[in-house]
Amino acid sequence: MLAKTFEEKHVSTRSASNKKSKLSKTIKLLFNSKTGTVGLFLIILVTCLAVFAPWLTPFDPAQVNPLARLQPPMWMEGGSADHILGTDNLGRDIWSRIVFGSRISLIIGIGAVLFSGFIGATLGLLAGFYGGWINAIIMRIADAFLAVPTILLMLVFLAVVGPGLRTLIVVIGITSWVPYARVVRGEVLSIKEREFVKAAQAIGAKKKRIIFKHILPNVLSSFIIISGMNVATTIVLEASLSFLGLGVKAPAVSWGGMLSDGRQYVATSWWVATFPGIAITITVLGVIFLGDWLRDILDPRMKMKNG
Amino acid sequence: MSENHQDGVPILKVSALKKHFPIKKGFLKKKDQFFKAVDGVSFEVKAGETFGVVGESGCGKTTTGLMIAELLEQTSGDIWFDGRDLSRLNEHERRVVRKDLQIIFQDPFSSLNPRMKVFDIVAEPLIVHGMASGKKLKEDVLNLLEEVGLGKQHLDRFPHEFSGGQRQRIGIARALALKPKLIVCDEPVSALDVSVQAQILNLLKTLQKKYNLTYIFIAHGLPTVKHISDRIAVMYMGEIVEIATKDALFDNMKHPYTEALLSAIPVMNPHQKTDRIILEGELPNPANQPSGCKFHTRCPYAQSVCKQNVPKLQNDGEGHYVACHFPLNKNISQALNQEQPARR
Amino acid sequence: MTSSLLEVKQLKTIFSSENGDVPAVNDISFTVNPGETVAIVGESGCGKSATSLSIMGLITDPGKVIAGEVLFEGSDLLSLSKKKLNRYRGNKMSMIFQEPMTSLNPVFTIGNQISEVIRKHQRVDKETAIKKSVEMLERVGISNASKVIKQFPHQLSGGMRQRVMIAIALACMPKLLIADEPTTALDVTIQAQILDLIKHLSEQQNTGVLLITHDLGVVAEMADRVIVMYAGEIVEETTVEELFDNPKHPYTMGLLGSTPRLEVEQEMLEAIPGVVPDLTEMPSGCPFHPRCKYAIEACKLEKPALIEDFPDHFARCIRAKEGL
Repeated sequence: MLAKTFEEKHVSTRSASNKKSKLSKTIKLLFNSKTGTVGLFLIILVTCLAVFAPWLTPFDPAQVNPLARLQPPMWMEGGSADHILGTDNLGRDIWSRIVFGSRISLIIGIGAVLFSGFIGATLGLLAGFYGGWINAIIMRIADAFLAVPTILLMLVFLAVVGPGLRTLIVVIGITSWVPYARVVRGEVLSIKEREFVKAAQAIGAKKKRIIFKHILPNVLSSFIIISGMNVATTIVLEASLSFLGLGVKAPAVSWGGMLSDGRQYVATSWWVATFPGIAITITVLGVIFLGDWLRDILDPRMKMKNG
Repeated sequence: MSENHQDGVPILKVSALKKHFPIKKGFLKKKDQFFKAVDGVSFEVKAGETFGVVGESGCGKTTTGLMIAELLEQTSGDIWFDGRDLSRLNEHERRVVRKDLQIIFQDPFSSLNPRMKVFDIVAEPLIVHGMASGKKLKEDVLNLLEEVGLGKQHLDRFPHEFSGGQRQRIGIARALALKPKLIVCDEPVSALDVSVQAQILNLLKTLQKKYNLTYIFIAHGLPTVKHISDRIAVMYMGEIVEIATKDALFDNMKHPYTEALLSAIPVMNPHQKTDRIILEGELPNPANQPSGCKFHTRCPYAQSVCKQNVPKLQNDGEGHYVACHFPLNKNISQALNQEQPARR
Repeated sequence: MTSSLLEVKQLKTIFSSENGDVPAVNDISFTVNPGETVAIVGESGCGKSATSLSIMGLITDPGKVIAGEVLFEGSDLLSLSKKKLNRYRGNKMSMIFQEPMTSLNPVFTIGNQISEVIRKHQRVDKETAIKKSVEMLERVGISNASKVIKQFPHQLSGGMRQRVMIAIALACMPKLLIADEPTTALDVTIQAQILDLIKHLSEQQNTGVLLITHDLGVVAEMADRVIVMYAGEIVEETTVEELFDNPKHPYTMGLLGSTPRLEVEQEMLEAIPGVVPDLTEMPSGCPFHPRCKYAIEACKLEKPALIEDFPDHFARCIRAKEGL
């Protein structure tokens, strides 16, 4: 082949530079980004807390001790080494509660995002791919959801169904799918017009193949990015709902609930509300930092630069 | 050019092909205005030839190509391919016909799925049609890659790791996979560097000979189209204004638009300062097309009849078609040859 | 030559990347005289655009001009402060770009944008500036200029926008016009109009033109002198006639052979094999040797210098004088 000899020289130079493994490249990319490193560190920290909670806590988070009410953290006057971060109004150990609370925050954050992401992505894909009346119906429903204040909708749902971990996930899920649907639909609309989708049509690929092989993988990166961001908002949302008394019920612990409990004591015993607040902030920051980094590496242009 | 082109059987026959896009206006979305992207195009392509389609942006050449490749539904008109009317096929038959009818796209950066490896891209047509699997699939893919000048070492790479020319080669391998009869080449070299353009054009020519392919070669660059085509159609505002063999078109053009188009091309010869025909004005607004001959607003020879009557595309008896009330009759090639001593 | 308008001396521009500094423009020297059109021709990544941006002082991070001089009427633009440089830009020297849509501000009217340039460099009041804008638009062949000045960029076609860009570039009667692929985004019939326009204006005003292009046809049509660039360096420089009649560098020959011609019937084009090298992985010796059919052992060892083997004809090739 004439053409073959053309390329050979060039090819050998290129292949040599491309031998770095994908994993090591990704790791290198991660540590190149300061925010990415910090985000990953924070998320690993919180995940470890959630996983190893029983071994990290000196007390049962629900254990009430009327004799040790509102003890300050250990480094303050009147604090003791038993209760590192002090105790709340019922004498429960704040450190233990925060550690166990991380479980609820993460479960709800991730669970609700997966649930709403699934609904939103499916509807967005349908609307974007098929267009026409399917698109019209789905997008009008989405508009309707946007028109109603989410928190109000959740309050109504929770008042009817009654609070609980599973209901929280479901309720947050069905009230916050709209952004996913919009983003996915927009992406699908633009990818559908790209030439590689036309090329797939031209070789006779069926719709199913086009959706799952060509469109979905290309939507995935933006989907992951908004999912990451939404984990952060969902954690805050759970905290708000718990703060309003519609979160998980005792004896389960959540950071939002702790915040709510500490509300009355802010003036006298600031630590009761402050530490769960800091826990929320750290987790959310971690998720956002990591999300920023994800957005960077999932951008194909970034890959090309490092490819 | 082999002889069998001349009396070759038409493999593709397009008649009165139209594509009108509704122009959505305002809040109520009344569809009473149409953008006539392709407005009644008819031609035949013979088996084994390269049929060039040339024209400026917005002339409808790409839309025509997409309709032929069955990627866009026509508003009206027929496309007969290999003796069958494509609009009368059911889903299954259409998939079978597609094997013979492939397309190569302009933008090598958008025509390959960025999330698929080269192997999967080239293997996909074979998998979709169940033509190969396992070891045979690997062999077939490798053969295809070698056919376009790539090799084994490229199989596991992603498109972004390749240069524009190499990506175009991958796209060609994908189009070749199903052993098609006709390939629509939609501006396949416009996005590439000059030296790479030449490589791809040579590759296309080599493949055509080897597999007896028929090409529809769509491009805006006349020198490129002339280089690769046997016959050429010139389009202007959704219509074909002239069809001729390349020699007839360049030596004896009959439509004033073809003349202007040719004259506008910068000549690669600094000694020859041509008196070029510079067309006045720009393309008319496509939503509001001129009456009569669509070219009359820019035509240096326009008469009053041109404003009223639409000229028909007519055969001069020797396969040279022109749509003009006052076809030109001159022979510029002699002039060109005289002024230009052969180089090297 | 003391009369030269623009004199670029040993210009070197690098782009910093993770893999080290990449020399996009490597030791480039040339001159443009008043009324002369110099074309820089080459393929993508050869450094032709980086050269024009370096001259205009428009290289931004991660790019940096690290050496050389850009003398405009004798004063070095590279050593000027930003404020002083702005007095030259848009006034004595202007630039037009490939994509007229992105170079025009979408939220201002055409009239606004032209008169702004005029008022910035000439002390005239608003009304005079608008009047001058209309005049400029008429000069670039826009017939309904008084209507166009009230329109926004998106209301105009590509050819019209490029005319507007040229009108803006010429508003202050520059002595030097840098045109970076001015017609690449346009159709051939419109390209013909724009090239014609640039030619006329340069003849009338004795403007020096630095034309950046990849199209050899445009070069033959427009240029007096031609500079061929490859991988950041000048590989050949001579008059336009000499370049087309007697190309000396194998790359130039390859470019000429790669371009299909209307008047010549060829079965196959003489393509240059391979692709432009990655600037981070430059081959040893002559950067063109891996693609060159005339390459010999010596080409791999040492980088050839740009030598005047023939009168007023420079080539960076050790075999140029053999008359390949």
